[in-house]
Amino acid sequence: MIFWRAIAAATLLAAAPALLAGEIPPDARRSGYSFMGPDTRAMQDDDTSNPGMLFVLDGETLWGKKTGSAEKACADCHGDARSSMKGVAARYPAFDKALTRPVTLDQRINLCRSNHQQATPLPYESRDLLALSAFIAHQSRGVAITTGDDPELKPFVAQGRDLFTQREGQLNLACTNCHDDNYSKHLAGAPVTQGQPTGYPLYRLEWQTLGSLERRLRSCMSGVRAQAYDYGAPELVALELYLMSRARGLQMETPAVRP
Amino acid sequence: MAALINVPAKAKRGDIIEIRTLTSHIMETGFRHTADGALVPRDIITSFTCRYNGTEVFRADLFPAIAANPYLSFFTVAKESGKFEFEWIGDNGYSSSASASITVE
Amino acid sequence: MPTTRRQFLSIAGGVAAAGSIPIVTLRPLEATPAMLTTAIRNVVGEAPVRTGKVKLDIPPLVENGNTVPMTVSVASPMTADDYVKSIHVFNEKNPQPNVGNFHLGPSSGRAQISTRIRLADTQKVVAIARLSDDTFWQVTAEIVVTLAACTEEMN
Repeated sequence: MIFWRAIAAATLLAAAPALLAGEIPPDARRSGYSFMGPDTRAMQDDDTSNPGMLFVLDGETLWGKKTGSAEKACADCHGDARSSMKGVAARYPAFDKALTRPVTLDQRINLCRSNHQQATPLPYESRDLLALSAFIAHQSRGVAITTGDDPELKPFVAQGRDLFTQREGQLNLACTNCHDDNYSKHLAGAPVTQGQPTGYPLYRLEWQTLGSLERRLRSCMSGVRAQAYDYGAPELVALELYLMSRARGLQMETPAVRP
Repeated sequence: MAALINVPAKAKRGDIIEIRTLTSHIMETGFRHTADGALVPRDIITSFTCRYNGTEVFRADLFPAIAANPYLSFFTVAKESGKFEFEWIGDNGYSSSASASITVE
Repeated sequence: MPTTRRQFLSIAGGVAAAGSIPIVTLRPLEATPAMLTTAIRNVVGEAPVRTGKVKLDIPPLVENGNTVPMTVSVASPMTADDYVKSIHVFNEKNPQPNVGNFHLGPSSGRAQISTRIRLADTQKVVAIARLSDDTFWQVTAEIVVTLAACTEEMN
């Protein structure tokens, strides 16, 4: 018996060599969508009733609007976003060679603004930044997430994973305690999801607006009574990077709707 | 800011068609307080009107209990080709409008 | 040490409590059943309100009270001499009892409206239809609102 069990365990390990202890195997990864009720799903599924699409529309307008002292629009360099931006959000955060660190899609938009448009950066969670990132990420809807392919990202993914598994706050909980070990159970009335960031920026009914993954992470940190990292902090970027690489293979849903 | 309007592009005369509208608005209730105790003033859309070739076919009075980014769906009978005009009116002089065309055969 | 179900539930309770602490009074005042009655009387006057004809589709258990999808439909032929004039929706416990008034006519074709509403707590929702003969018909639903486990401080 013990012998057979050992073989079974060895087979499992052989089948998923890259998995670390506690990680969710690829075929068990589930979008937050699958934890929602039929009404919230219906709201996401229909583009004319998905309030996140209002931001996508605003983003489309901004994409074509000249801005900054360079008098350039996103479209002047990138052309039609439907082709040029397809799949881009599915590989972010990405390694920036000049900065030698990963940057999020929001940061990339602001780098473009300062380097190419000579425009001031848009504040985190501002309507314009959310609209632009929603419009760009929407072009990847249905594309499988590939974040983390770049070998230069490896140490940053590891940093993110360390943060994910590190207990914090007055409740002394790590992300992994809920989202790896206890998903599908309930926290008060709400199901605990796997925390797969497939649809950001997303429309959260709780917020009644669109919000970024960083906002969601900060909200979780307040939930466990930890001091939340500032927007754009290297720790939040590393967490975002780890979470996206952890969701590899799942399809982008932007703009998702969540309770 | 954007509004999403869903009107069928074509319909047969006499068809009952569904119209859906979604518009960007915070719908601040006027009942919330900030962390330092100040009341956040009410800022909502109070009225929505749909006109079909100039004639009102649907109107709604909205209250703070309507969710942010108001969504409305209603029906009308396709009578003739023309234009649907939508108007949202609210607190602090808020006003926005949109339109959509329909071909009725 | 493996986390047992009991332990996890107690941890979960802690998180829920922590999440709700920074929130300032969400409901400074509440509509009362008396306010609901007054709001309804403001619309129907002294006319009797009968039960029937009206259907209210709203999830009995909602995932977030901030955005609750709702559809009201009324059994009516919607002809020139027999139609629904208006649909009125009320709630029992939000800060105030009115949700929306929806004005229809024979050209509506179908007496049905959908919108998304806010429900601050588990409560009763009432939909009333005024027909072309000025009779009033109503339906009532009890909605259970689950509060979000982790909420944010308003900024």
